[in-house]
Amino acid sequence: MTNFISRSRSHRLSFRRLSSYSARFYSLPTSIVLATPLIAALAIGFLYPVLKLFALSFSGGTLAYYRRIVAEPLHLAVLTGTVQVALVVTVASLLLGFPVAYLMARLSKGPATVVGACVFIPLWTSVLIRSYAWVTLLQRNGIINELLIDTGVTDGPLKLIYTQGAVILAMTHVLMPFMILPIYSALRALPADYVRAARNLGAGPLRAFVAVTLPLSLPGVFAGSVMCFVLALGFYITPALVGGPGSMLMATLIGQQTTVLLDWPFAAALSTVLLAVTLLFVLLFRRTLSLSKGLNSVY
Amino acid sequence: MILDVFASPAIRSYSAAAGIIAGGAAIGGILFFLLLPTLIVIPMSLSETNYIEFPPRGLTLKWYSAYLSDPDWMAATWFSLRIALATTATATITGTMAALAIVRGCLPFRTALQALALGPLIVPHIVLGVALYLTFSPLQLTGSFLGFLVAHTVLAIPYVIITVTASLQRFDPTLELAALNCGANRLQAFFLVVLPNIAPGVAAAAVFAFLASFDEATVAFFISDVGGKSIGRKMFEDIDFNLTPVIAAVSTVLVATSLLLMGSVHLVNARKPRP
Repeated sequence: MTNFISRSRSHRLSFRRLSSYSARFYSLPTSIVLATPLIAALAIGFLYPVLKLFALSFSGGTLAYYRRIVAEPLHLAVLTGTVQVALVVTVASLLLGFPVAYLMARLSKGPATVVGACVFIPLWTSVLIRSYAWVTLLQRNGIINELLIDTGVTDGPLKLIYTQGAVILAMTHVLMPFMILPIYSALRALPADYVRAARNLGAGPLRAFVAVTLPLSLPGVFAGSVMCFVLALGFYITPALVGGPGSMLMATLIGQQTTVLLDWPFAAALSTVLLAVTLLFVLLFRRTLSLSKGLNSVY
Repeated sequence: MILDVFASPAIRSYSAAAGIIAGGAAIGGILFFLLLPTLIVIPMSLSETNYIEFPPRGLTLKWYSAYLSDPDWMAATWFSLRIALATTATATITGTMAALAIVRGCLPFRTALQALALGPLIVPHIVLGVALYLTFSPLQLTGSFLGFLVAHTVLAIPYVIITVTASLQRFDPTLELAALNCGANRLQAFFLVVLPNIAPGVAAAAVFAFLASFDEATVAFFISDVGGKSIGRKMFEDIDFNLTPVIAAVSTVLVATSLLLMGSVHLVNARKPRP
Protein backbone atom coordinates (compact mmCIF):
# COMPACT_ATOMS: atom_id res chain seq x y z
CA MET A 1 0.00 0.00 0.00
CA THR A 2 2.61 2.52 -1.05
CA ASN A 3 0.26 5.33 -1.87
CA PHE A 4 -1.60 5.32 1.39
CA ILE A 5 -1.16 8.26 3.68
CA SER A 6 -2.64 8.26 7.10
CA ARG A 7 -3.19 11.55 8.83
CA SER A 8 -0.75 10.72 11.60
CA ARG A 9 1.98 9.90 9.14
CA SER A 10 1.55 12.63 6.61
CA HIS A 11 3.03 15.42 8.72
CA ARG A 12 6.30 13.52 8.92
CA LEU A 13 6.77 13.65 5.16
CA SER A 14 9.30 16.17 4.07
CA PHE A 15 8.15 18.76 1.57
CA ARG A 16 10.23 17.19 -1.15
CA ARG A 17 8.69 13.80 -0.69
CA LEU A 18 5.24 15.30 -0.53
CA SER A 19 5.55 17.19 -3.78
CA SER A 20 6.76 14.13 -5.64
CA TYR A 21 4.14 12.05 -3.91
CA SER A 22 1.35 10.41 -5.89
CA ALA A 23 -1.90 12.36 -5.94
CA ARG A 24 -3.68 9.11 -5.02
CA PHE A 25 -3.78 9.40 -1.27
CA TYR A 26 -7.29 8.12 -0.48
CA SER A 27 -7.10 4.83 1.37
CA LEU A 28 -8.63 1.68 -0.09
CA PRO A 29 -11.65 1.65 2.28
CA THR A 30 -12.38 5.33 1.52
CA SER A 31 -12.11 4.65 -2.21
CA ILE A 32 -14.45 1.69 -1.96
CA VAL A 33 -17.02 3.68 -0.01
CA LEU A 34 -16.84 6.46 -2.60
CA ALA A 35 -17.24 4.07 -5.52
CA THR A 36 -20.04 1.98 -3.99
CA PRO A 37 -23.01 4.11 -5.18
CA LEU A 38 -21.61 4.07 -8.71
CA ILE A 39 -21.11 0.32 -8.67
CA ALA A 40 -24.63 -0.18 -7.31
CA ALA A 41 -26.18 2.11 -9.94
CA LEU A 42 -24.28 0.42 -12.76
CA ALA A 43 -25.15 -3.05 -11.48
CA ILE A 44 -28.88 -2.30 -11.23
CA GLY A 45 -29.36 0.02 -14.19
CA PHE A 46 -26.76 -1.21 -16.68
CA LEU A 47 -25.09 -4.58 -16.12
CA TYR A 48 -28.08 -6.59 -14.92
CA PRO A 49 -30.41 -5.33 -17.69
CA VAL A 50 -27.81 -6.02 -20.39
CA LEU A 51 -27.21 -9.53 -19.00
CA LYS A 52 -30.96 -10.07 -18.95
CA LEU A 53 -31.03 -9.03 -22.61
CA PHE A 54 -28.32 -11.58 -23.43
CA ALA A 55 -30.17 -14.27 -21.52
CA LEU A 56 -33.41 -13.59 -23.39
CA SER A 57 -31.66 -13.67 -26.77
CA PHE A 58 -30.41 -17.19 -25.99
CA SER A 59 -33.74 -18.26 -24.45
CA GLY A 60 -34.51 -21.93 -24.78
CA GLY A 61 -30.79 -22.54 -24.66
CA THR A 62 -30.56 -22.31 -28.43
CA LEU A 63 -29.14 -20.01 -31.03
CA ALA A 64 -32.49 -20.04 -32.86
CA TYR A 65 -32.92 -16.26 -32.78
CA TYR A 66 -29.42 -15.68 -34.09
CA ARG A 67 -29.99 -18.24 -36.82
CA ARG A 68 -33.04 -16.24 -37.85
CA ILE A 69 -30.90 -13.12 -38.28
CA VAL A 70 -28.46 -14.97 -40.50
CA ALA A 71 -31.10 -16.94 -42.42
CA GLU A 72 -33.14 -13.92 -43.48
CA PRO A 73 -31.30 -11.89 -46.18
CA LEU A 74 -33.32 -8.81 -45.18
CA HIS A 75 -31.80 -8.77 -41.71
CA LEU A 76 -28.26 -9.07 -43.01
CA ALA A 77 -29.03 -6.32 -45.53
CA VAL A 78 -30.15 -4.09 -42.67
CA LEU A 79 -26.93 -4.81 -40.78
CA THR A 80 -24.67 -3.99 -43.73
CA GLY A 81 -26.93 -1.05 -44.63
CA THR A 82 -26.49 0.34 -41.11
CA VAL A 83 -22.71 0.18 -41.38
CA GLN A 84 -22.93 1.85 -44.81
CA VAL A 85 -25.17 4.67 -43.59
CA ALA A 86 -22.89 5.22 -40.60
CA LEU A 87 -19.91 5.44 -42.96
CA VAL A 88 -21.63 7.87 -45.32
CA VAL A 89 -22.75 10.04 -42.39
CA THR A 90 -19.21 10.04 -40.99
CA VAL A 91 -17.65 11.04 -44.32
CA ALA A 92 -20.30 13.73 -44.90
CA SER A 93 -19.75 15.11 -41.38
CA LEU A 94 -16.01 15.19 -42.01
CA LEU A 95 -16.29 16.97 -45.37
CA LEU A 96 -18.76 19.55 -44.05
CA GLY A 97 -17.27 19.79 -40.57
CA PHE A 98 -13.58 20.21 -41.33
CA PRO A 99 -13.90 23.66 -42.98
CA VAL A 100 -16.00 24.87 -40.03
CA ALA A 101 -13.45 23.59 -37.50
CA TYR A 102 -10.61 25.13 -39.52
CA LEU A 103 -12.36 28.49 -39.70
CA MET A 104 -13.15 28.42 -35.96
CA ALA A 105 -9.50 27.73 -35.14
CA ARG A 106 -8.17 30.45 -37.45
CA LEU A 107 -10.57 33.29 -36.66
CA SER A 108 -9.93 35.83 -33.91
CA LYS A 109 -11.86 35.44 -30.66
CA GLY A 110 -15.01 37.42 -31.51
CA PRO A 111 -15.88 35.86 -34.89
CA ALA A 112 -14.78 32.43 -33.62
CA THR A 113 -17.39 32.74 -30.86
CA VAL A 114 -20.08 33.38 -33.49
CA VAL A 115 -19.03 30.28 -35.46
CA GLY A 116 -18.79 28.36 -32.18
CA ALA A 117 -22.37 29.34 -31.35
CA CYS A 118 -23.49 27.90 -34.70
CA VAL A 119 -21.90 24.60 -33.63
CA PHE A 120 -22.98 24.56 -29.98
CA ILE A 121 -26.60 25.67 -30.44
CA PRO A 122 -27.57 22.58 -32.47
CA LEU A 123 -25.52 20.39 -30.11
CA TRP A 124 -27.50 21.67 -27.14
CA THR A 125 -30.84 21.21 -28.91
CA SER A 126 -32.31 17.82 -28.11
CA VAL A 127 -32.04 15.22 -30.88
CA LEU A 128 -35.80 14.81 -30.79
CA ILE A 129 -36.40 18.49 -31.56
CA ARG A 130 -33.85 18.51 -34.37
CA SER A 131 -35.43 15.39 -35.91
CA TYR A 132 -38.85 17.05 -35.60
CA ALA A 133 -37.51 20.12 -37.38
CA TRP A 134 -36.26 17.93 -40.23
CA VAL A 135 -39.67 16.25 -40.46
CA THR A 136 -41.39 19.62 -40.91
CA LEU A 137 -38.72 20.87 -43.32
CA LEU A 138 -38.81 17.79 -45.53
CA GLN A 139 -42.48 16.83 -45.44
CA ARG A 140 -44.78 16.99 -48.50
CA ASN A 141 -46.02 20.50 -47.84
CA GLY A 142 -42.84 21.49 -46.00
CA ILE A 143 -40.66 24.52 -46.58
CA ILE A 144 -38.16 22.82 -48.86
CA ASN A 145 -40.84 21.48 -51.19
CA GLU A 146 -42.58 24.88 -51.19
CA LEU A 147 -39.32 26.59 -52.11
CA LEU A 148 -38.66 24.09 -54.89
CA ILE A 149 -42.14 24.60 -56.35
CA ASP A 150 -42.07 28.40 -55.99
CA THR A 151 -38.74 28.64 -57.76
CA GLY A 152 -39.95 26.34 -60.49
CA VAL A 153 -37.45 23.57 -59.88
CA THR A 154 -40.26 21.02 -59.75
CA ASP A 155 -43.96 21.09 -60.57
CA GLY A 156 -45.26 18.94 -57.75
CA PRO A 157 -43.89 18.17 -54.28
CA LEU A 158 -40.96 15.75 -54.20
CA LYS A 159 -40.86 12.80 -51.84
CA LEU A 160 -38.10 13.96 -49.53
CA ILE A 161 -39.06 12.53 -46.18
CA TYR A 162 -39.10 8.83 -45.25
CA THR A 163 -36.16 8.20 -47.60
CA GLN A 164 -32.59 7.05 -47.10
CA GLY A 165 -31.39 10.52 -48.15
CA ALA A 166 -33.47 12.18 -45.46
CA VAL A 167 -32.00 9.84 -42.83
CA ILE A 168 -28.45 10.60 -43.96
CA LEU A 169 -29.13 14.35 -44.08
CA ALA A 170 -30.68 14.53 -40.61
CA MET A 171 -28.12 12.19 -39.02
CA THR A 172 -25.27 14.20 -40.52
CA HIS A 173 -26.79 17.32 -39.02
CA VAL A 174 -27.14 15.72 -35.59
CA LEU A 175 -23.63 14.23 -35.52
CA MET A 176 -21.62 17.05 -37.14
CA PRO A 177 -20.76 18.84 -33.87
CA PHE A 178 -19.15 15.60 -32.63
CA MET A 179 -16.86 15.82 -35.66
CA ILE A 180 -16.20 19.56 -35.59
CA LEU A 181 -15.19 19.92 -31.95
CA PRO A 182 -12.39 17.31 -31.76
CA ILE A 183 -10.92 18.65 -35.04
CA TYR A 184 -11.17 22.17 -33.65
CA SER A 185 -9.25 21.18 -30.49
CA ALA A 186 -6.53 19.54 -32.60
CA LEU A 187 -6.21 22.59 -34.87
CA ARG A 188 -6.35 24.92 -31.90
CA ALA A 189 -3.39 23.14 -30.29
CA LEU A 190 -1.36 23.59 -33.48
CA PRO A 191 1.06 26.53 -33.07
CA ALA A 192 0.60 29.17 -35.80
CA ASP A 193 4.42 29.27 -36.14
CA TYR A 194 4.44 25.90 -37.94
CA VAL A 195 2.41 27.17 -40.86
CA ARG A 196 4.36 30.43 -40.87
CA ALA A 197 7.63 28.47 -40.97
CA ALA A 198 6.36 26.41 -43.91
CA ARG A 199 5.36 29.60 -45.75
CA ASN A 200 8.76 31.17 -45.03
CA LEU A 201 10.45 28.13 -46.50
CA GLY A 202 8.60 28.75 -49.74
CA ALA A 203 5.46 26.62 -49.47
CA GLY A 204 2.28 28.09 -50.94
CA PRO A 205 -0.85 28.22 -48.77
CA LEU A 206 -2.12 24.93 -50.23
CA ARG A 207 1.20 23.14 -49.74
CA ALA A 208 1.49 24.46 -46.18
CA PHE A 209 -2.00 23.16 -45.48
CA VAL A 210 -1.41 19.72 -46.98
CA ALA A 211 2.08 19.27 -45.53
CA VAL A 212 1.60 20.80 -42.07
CA THR A 213 -1.95 21.59 -40.97
CA LEU A 214 -3.71 18.51 -42.34
CA PRO A 215 -1.36 15.84 -40.92
CA LEU A 216 -1.28 17.52 -37.53
CA SER A 217 -5.08 17.70 -37.40
CA LEU A 218 -5.42 13.95 -38.02
CA PRO A 219 -5.78 12.94 -34.33
CA GLY A 220 -8.84 15.20 -34.14
CA VAL A 221 -10.13 13.85 -37.45
CA PHE A 222 -9.81 10.25 -36.23
CA ALA A 223 -11.38 10.99 -32.84
CA GLY A 224 -14.30 12.79 -34.46
CA SER A 225 -14.78 10.13 -37.14
CA VAL A 226 -14.82 7.23 -34.69
CA MET A 227 -17.22 9.11 -32.42
CA CYS A 228 -19.59 9.90 -35.32
CA PHE A 229 -19.43 6.37 -36.68
CA VAL A 230 -20.08 4.66 -33.36
CA LEU A 231 -22.95 7.01 -32.47
CA ALA A 232 -24.43 6.61 -35.97
CA LEU A 233 -24.48 2.80 -35.66
CA GLY A 234 -26.99 2.85 -32.81
CA PHE A 235 -29.07 5.88 -33.72
CA TYR A 236 -32.79 5.43 -33.14
CA ILE A 237 -34.80 8.66 -32.81
CA THR A 238 -33.74 10.33 -36.06
CA PRO A 239 -34.12 7.36 -38.45
CA ALA A 240 -37.36 6.36 -36.70
CA LEU A 241 -38.93 9.76 -37.35
CA VAL A 242 -37.32 10.79 -40.65
CA GLY A 243 -36.78 7.39 -42.27
CA GLY A 244 -39.27 5.02 -43.83
CA PRO A 245 -39.61 1.28 -44.43
CA GLY A 246 -37.05 1.50 -47.23
CA SER A 247 -34.40 2.99 -44.99
CA MET A 248 -34.42 0.51 -42.10
CA LEU A 249 -31.41 0.58 -39.79
CA MET A 250 -30.50 -1.85 -36.99
CA ALA A 251 -32.03 0.42 -34.36
CA THR A 252 -35.27 0.95 -36.26
CA LEU A 253 -35.49 -2.78 -36.98
CA ILE A 254 -35.20 -3.43 -33.22
CA GLY A 255 -37.83 -0.75 -32.62
CA GLN A 256 -40.16 -2.43 -35.12
CA GLN A 257 -39.70 -5.86 -33.50
CA THR A 258 -40.59 -4.48 -30.07
CA THR A 259 -43.38 -2.02 -30.85
CA VAL A 260 -45.13 -3.63 -33.82
CA LEU A 261 -44.31 -7.33 -33.75
CA LEU A 262 -43.76 -7.64 -29.98
CA ASP A 263 -41.07 -10.24 -30.64
CA TRP A 264 -38.89 -9.46 -27.63
CA PRO A 265 -36.47 -12.43 -27.81
CA PHE A 266 -35.69 -11.63 -31.44
CA ALA A 267 -35.31 -7.94 -30.57
CA ALA A 268 -32.93 -9.01 -27.80
CA ALA A 269 -30.86 -11.02 -30.28
CA LEU A 270 -30.74 -8.07 -32.70
CA SER A 271 -29.78 -5.76 -29.81
CA THR A 272 -26.97 -8.13 -28.81
CA VAL A 273 -25.65 -8.10 -32.38
CA LEU A 274 -25.84 -4.28 -32.55
CA LEU A 275 -24.06 -4.04 -29.19
CA ALA A 276 -21.38 -6.51 -30.31
CA VAL A 277 -20.77 -4.61 -33.57
CA THR A 278 -20.55 -1.29 -31.68
CA LEU A 279 -18.16 -2.68 -29.07
CA LEU A 280 -16.05 -4.26 -31.80
CA PHE A 281 -15.52 -0.87 -33.45
CA VAL A 282 -14.91 0.82 -30.09
CA LEU A 283 -12.25 -1.74 -29.21
CA LEU A 284 -10.67 -1.53 -32.67
CA PHE A 285 -10.38 2.23 -32.45
CA ARG A 286 -10.09 2.73 -28.71
CA ARG A 287 -6.69 4.41 -29.07
CA THR A 288 -8.08 7.16 -31.27
CA LEU A 289 -11.39 7.45 -29.46
CA SER A 290 -10.18 8.66 -26.05
CA LEU A 291 -13.75 9.06 -24.95
CA SER A 292 -13.26 11.44 -22.08
CA LYS A 293 -10.92 13.70 -24.03
CA GLY A 294 -13.26 13.78 -27.01
CA LEU A 295 -16.24 14.54 -24.85
CA ASN A 296 -14.42 17.21 -22.94
CA SER A 297 -14.06 19.12 -26.16
CA VAL A 298 -17.73 18.61 -26.95
CA TYR A 299 -19.21 19.61 -23.59
CA MET B 1 0.49 32.56 -72.15
CA ILE B 2 -2.63 32.19 -70.10
CA LEU B 3 -0.66 30.97 -67.10
CA ASP B 4 1.42 34.14 -67.12
CA VAL B 5 -1.73 36.21 -66.97
CA PHE B 6 -2.87 34.30 -63.90
CA ALA B 7 0.53 34.76 -62.35
CA SER B 8 0.26 38.55 -62.46
CA PRO B 9 -0.30 39.93 -58.95
CA ALA B 10 -3.55 41.74 -59.78
CA ILE B 11 -5.25 38.67 -61.22
CA ARG B 12 -3.93 36.49 -58.43
CA SER B 13 -5.42 38.72 -55.79
CA TYR B 14 -8.71 38.77 -57.74
CA SER B 15 -8.81 35.01 -57.85
CA ALA B 16 -7.78 34.85 -54.21
CA ALA B 17 -10.67 37.18 -53.37
CA ALA B 18 -13.03 35.07 -55.46
CA GLY B 19 -11.74 31.99 -53.64
CA ILE B 20 -12.31 33.59 -50.26
CA ILE B 21 -15.83 34.65 -51.23
CA ALA B 22 -16.67 31.18 -52.56
CA GLY B 23 -15.20 29.53 -49.46
CA GLY B 24 -17.00 31.97 -47.21
CA ALA B 25 -20.30 31.29 -48.96
CA ALA B 26 -19.78 27.53 -48.64
CA ILE B 27 -19.02 27.77 -44.92
CA GLY B 28 -21.90 30.21 -44.47
CA GLY B 29 -24.13 27.59 -46.08
CA ILE B 30 -22.85 24.90 -43.71
CA LEU B 31 -23.42 27.13 -40.66
CA PHE B 32 -26.95 27.90 -41.91
CA PHE B 33 -27.54 24.16 -42.28
CA LEU B 34 -26.37 23.67 -38.67
CA LEU B 35 -28.60 26.39 -37.21
CA LEU B 36 -31.71 26.02 -39.37
CA PRO B 37 -33.44 23.12 -37.55
CA THR B 38 -33.05 24.77 -34.13
CA LEU B 39 -34.23 28.18 -35.32
CA ILE B 40 -37.10 26.95 -37.47
CA VAL B 41 -39.17 25.80 -34.48
CA ILE B 42 -39.56 29.39 -33.22
CA PRO B 43 -41.51 30.83 -36.22
CA MET B 44 -43.42 27.54 -36.43
CA SER B 45 -44.60 27.90 -32.85
CA LEU B 46 -45.84 31.45 -33.51
CA SER B 47 -47.51 30.82 -36.87
CA GLU B 48 -51.33 31.01 -37.16
CA THR B 49 -51.51 28.21 -39.69
CA ASN B 50 -51.20 24.52 -39.02
CA TYR B 51 -48.18 24.22 -41.24
CA ILE B 52 -45.35 26.66 -41.73
CA GLU B 53 -45.46 29.24 -44.49
CA PHE B 54 -43.12 31.90 -45.76
CA PRO B 55 -43.84 34.67 -45.09
CA PRO B 56 -45.68 33.44 -41.96
CA ARG B 57 -49.34 34.45 -41.95
CA GLY B 58 -50.13 36.10 -38.62
CA LEU B 59 -48.52 35.71 -35.25
CA THR B 60 -50.20 33.96 -32.36
CA LEU B 61 -49.47 32.45 -28.97
CA LYS B 62 -52.34 29.98 -29.23
CA TRP B 63 -50.04 26.96 -29.54
CA TYR B 64 -48.37 27.90 -26.28
CA SER B 65 -51.71 28.21 -24.50
CA ALA B 66 -52.75 24.91 -26.09
CA TYR B 67 -49.60 23.36 -24.60
CA LEU B 68 -50.20 24.86 -21.17
CA SER B 69 -53.86 23.84 -21.07
CA ASP B 70 -53.41 20.28 -22.33
CA PRO B 71 -53.44 17.91 -19.33
CA ASP B 72 -51.43 15.24 -21.19
CA TRP B 73 -48.62 17.64 -22.08
CA MET B 74 -48.61 19.10 -18.58
CA ALA B 75 -48.53 15.67 -16.94
CA ALA B 76 -45.61 14.66 -19.17
CA THR B 77 -43.79 17.93 -18.46
CA TRP B 78 -44.09 17.67 -14.68
CA PHE B 79 -43.22 13.97 -14.72
CA SER B 80 -40.06 14.71 -16.74
CA LEU B 81 -39.16 17.70 -14.60
CA ARG B 82 -39.43 15.65 -11.39
CA ILE B 83 -37.35 12.86 -12.91
CA ALA B 84 -34.73 15.30 -14.23
CA LEU B 85 -34.35 17.07 -10.88
CA ALA B 86 -34.06 13.79 -8.97
CA THR B 87 -31.62 12.45 -11.58
CA THR B 88 -29.53 15.60 -11.24
CA ALA B 89 -29.18 14.94 -7.51
CA THR B 90 -28.45 11.21 -7.70
CA ALA B 91 -26.15 11.37 -10.72
CA THR B 92 -24.18 14.38 -9.47
CA ILE B 93 -23.61 12.89 -6.01
CA THR B 94 -22.84 9.37 -7.29
CA GLY B 95 -20.64 10.64 -10.11
CA THR B 96 -18.71 13.12 -7.95
CA MET B 97 -18.01 10.45 -5.32
CA ALA B 98 -16.87 8.07 -8.04
CA ALA B 99 -14.68 10.72 -9.65
CA LEU B 100 -12.96 11.25 -6.27
CA ALA B 101 -12.36 7.51 -5.98
CA ILE B 102 -11.06 7.36 -9.56
CA VAL B 103 -8.72 10.36 -9.35
CA ARG B 104 -7.59 10.23 -5.72
CA GLY B 105 -8.29 6.67 -4.66
CA CYS B 106 -6.34 3.48 -5.08
CA LEU B 107 -9.05 1.13 -6.34
CA PRO B 108 -7.77 -2.12 -7.81
CA PHE B 109 -9.88 -2.06 -11.02
CA ARG B 110 -9.88 1.68 -11.49
CA THR B 111 -9.59 1.84 -15.29
CA ALA B 112 -12.12 -0.95 -15.74
CA LEU B 113 -14.57 0.84 -13.47
CA GLN B 114 -14.10 4.09 -15.33
CA ALA B 115 -14.61 2.38 -18.69
CA LEU B 116 -17.73 0.68 -17.39
CA ALA B 117 -19.12 3.95 -16.02
CA LEU B 118 -18.67 5.58 -19.43
CA GLY B 119 -20.32 2.57 -21.06
CA PRO B 120 -23.82 4.08 -21.29
CA LEU B 121 -22.40 6.70 -23.67
CA ILE B 122 -21.15 4.04 -26.09
CA VAL B 123 -23.82 1.37 -25.79
CA PRO B 124 -26.59 2.30 -28.24
CA HIS B 125 -29.48 3.76 -26.30
CA ILE B 126 -31.96 1.50 -28.03
CA VAL B 127 -30.11 -1.53 -26.64
CA LEU B 128 -30.28 -0.03 -23.14
CA GLY B 129 -33.93 0.85 -23.71
CA VAL B 130 -34.84 -2.74 -24.63
CA ALA B 131 -32.71 -4.12 -21.77
CA LEU B 132 -34.27 -1.79 -19.19
CA TYR B 133 -37.77 -2.54 -20.44
CA LEU B 134 -37.10 -6.27 -20.04
CA THR B 135 -35.87 -5.63 -16.49
CA PHE B 136 -38.57 -3.19 -15.39
CA SER B 137 -41.56 -4.84 -17.01
CA PRO B 138 -41.80 -7.86 -14.65
CA LEU B 139 -41.24 -5.57 -11.65
CA GLN B 140 -43.97 -3.20 -12.90
CA LEU B 141 -41.49 -0.34 -12.90
CA THR B 142 -42.26 0.81 -16.45
CA GLY B 143 -43.76 4.28 -16.44
CA SER B 144 -42.74 4.73 -12.82
CA PHE B 145 -40.70 7.51 -11.25
CA LEU B 146 -38.28 4.99 -9.75
CA GLY B 147 -37.71 3.20 -13.05
CA PHE B 148 -36.94 6.45 -14.84
CA LEU B 149 -34.70 7.59 -11.99
CA VAL B 150 -32.57 4.42 -12.20
CA ALA B 151 -32.36 4.55 -16.01
CA HIS B 152 -31.59 8.25 -16.28
CA THR B 153 -29.08 8.18 -13.43
CA VAL B 154 -27.07 5.55 -15.31
CA LEU B 155 -27.32 7.63 -18.50
CA ALA B 156 -26.29 10.87 -16.75
CA ILE B 157 -23.39 9.51 -14.66
CA PRO B 158 -20.84 9.48 -17.55
CA TYR B 159 -21.22 13.23 -18.09
CA VAL B 160 -20.72 13.87 -14.36
CA ILE B 161 -17.67 11.62 -14.14
CA ILE B 162 -16.02 13.19 -17.20
CA THR B 163 -16.63 16.76 -16.01
CA VAL B 164 -15.74 16.29 -12.34
CA THR B 165 -12.69 14.16 -13.14
CA ALA B 166 -11.39 16.98 -15.34
CA SER B 167 -11.91 19.54 -12.54
CA LEU B 168 -10.24 17.31 -9.97
CA GLN B 169 -7.22 16.84 -12.22
CA ARG B 170 -6.82 20.61 -12.44
CA PHE B 171 -7.05 21.00 -8.65
CA ASP B 172 -3.76 20.79 -6.70
CA PRO B 173 -4.01 17.73 -4.42
CA THR B 174 -1.48 19.17 -1.95
CA LEU B 175 -4.13 21.68 -0.81
CA GLU B 176 -6.28 18.82 0.41
CA LEU B 177 -3.26 17.20 2.09
CA ALA B 178 -2.50 20.53 3.74
CA ALA B 179 -6.06 20.68 5.12
CA LEU B 180 -5.70 17.13 6.45
CA ASN B 181 -2.36 18.03 8.01
CA CYS B 182 -3.88 21.04 9.70
CA GLY B 183 -6.30 18.75 11.48
CA ALA B 184 -9.33 18.68 9.22
CA ASN B 185 -11.07 15.34 8.91
CA ARG B 186 -11.86 13.88 5.48
CA LEU B 187 -15.33 15.39 5.29
CA GLN B 188 -14.14 18.84 6.42
CA ALA B 189 -11.29 18.72 3.93
CA PHE B 190 -13.75 17.83 1.16
CA PHE B 191 -16.44 20.38 1.95
CA LEU B 192 -14.13 23.26 2.95
CA VAL B 193 -11.26 22.81 0.52
CA VAL B 194 -11.97 20.43 -2.35
CA LEU B 195 -15.61 21.20 -3.13
CA PRO B 196 -15.26 25.02 -3.31
CA ASN B 197 -12.42 24.53 -5.77
CA ILE B 198 -14.20 22.06 -8.04
CA ALA B 199 -17.62 23.73 -7.65
CA PRO B 200 -17.80 25.11 -11.23
CA GLY B 201 -17.14 21.60 -12.57
CA VAL B 202 -19.74 20.06 -10.26
CA ALA B 203 -22.29 22.73 -11.26
CA ALA B 204 -21.61 22.06 -14.94
CA ALA B 205 -21.96 18.33 -14.26
CA ALA B 206 -25.34 18.94 -12.61
CA VAL B 207 -26.54 20.87 -15.69
CA PHE B 208 -25.37 18.07 -18.00
CA ALA B 209 -27.12 15.51 -15.80
CA PHE B 210 -30.36 17.52 -15.83
CA LEU B 211 -30.37 17.84 -19.61
CA ALA B 212 -29.24 14.23 -20.14
CA SER B 213 -32.44 13.23 -18.37
CA PHE B 214 -34.80 15.98 -19.57
CA ASP B 215 -33.84 15.70 -23.27
CA GLU B 216 -33.57 11.91 -23.28
CA ALA B 217 -36.02 10.16 -25.60
CA THR B 218 -34.81 6.71 -26.70
CA VAL B 219 -34.73 4.92 -23.35
CA ALA B 220 -37.79 6.91 -22.27
CA PHE B 221 -39.56 5.58 -25.36
CA PHE B 222 -39.20 2.03 -24.03
CA ILE B 223 -39.72 2.48 -20.30
CA SER B 224 -42.73 4.81 -20.56
CA ASP B 225 -46.25 3.45 -20.41
CA VAL B 226 -49.79 4.80 -20.38
CA GLY B 227 -49.53 5.71 -16.71
CA GLY B 228 -46.17 7.49 -16.85
CA LYS B 229 -44.92 9.23 -19.93
CA SER B 230 -41.91 11.51 -20.18
CA ILE B 231 -42.07 14.63 -22.32
CA GLY B 232 -39.68 12.99 -24.79
CA ARG B 233 -41.99 10.01 -25.29
CA LYS B 234 -45.03 12.29 -25.61
CA MET B 235 -43.23 14.37 -28.25
CA PHE B 236 -42.11 11.29 -30.15
CA GLU B 237 -45.70 9.99 -30.29
CA ASP B 238 -47.10 13.34 -31.41
CA ILE B 239 -44.48 13.82 -34.12
CA ASP B 240 -45.38 10.38 -35.45
CA PHE B 241 -49.17 10.60 -35.24
CA ASN B 242 -50.35 14.12 -34.41
CA LEU B 243 -48.08 16.68 -36.02
CA THR B 244 -49.37 20.07 -34.78
CA PRO B 245 -47.59 23.36 -34.01
CA VAL B 246 -48.05 22.56 -30.29
CA ILE B 247 -44.91 20.44 -30.71
CA ALA B 248 -43.12 23.52 -32.03
CA ALA B 249 -44.23 25.49 -28.96
CA VAL B 250 -42.98 22.72 -26.62
CA SER B 251 -39.74 22.53 -28.63
CA THR B 252 -39.20 26.27 -28.32
CA VAL B 253 -39.62 26.07 -24.55
CA LEU B 254 -37.19 23.13 -24.35
CA VAL B 255 -34.63 24.76 -26.64
CA ALA B 256 -34.77 27.96 -24.59
CA THR B 257 -34.22 25.94 -21.39
CA SER B 258 -31.25 24.03 -22.84
CA LEU B 259 -29.61 27.10 -24.33
CA LEU B 260 -30.02 29.09 -21.13
CA LEU B 261 -28.55 26.32 -18.96
CA MET B 262 -25.72 25.33 -21.29
CA GLY B 263 -24.96 28.93 -22.21
CA SER B 264 -24.51 29.87 -18.56
CA VAL B 265 -22.22 26.88 -17.97
CA HIS B 266 -20.20 27.92 -21.00
CA LEU B 267 -19.88 31.48 -19.77
CA VAL B 268 -18.80 30.37 -16.28
CA ASN B 269 -16.20 28.02 -17.74
CA ALA B 270 -14.98 30.51 -20.33
CA ARG B 271 -14.25 33.12 -17.70
CA LYS B 272 -11.53 31.16 -15.97
CA PRO B 273 -8.55 30.26 -18.12
CA ARG B 274 -8.05 26.56 -18.74
CA PRO B 275 -4.54 25.20 -18.46
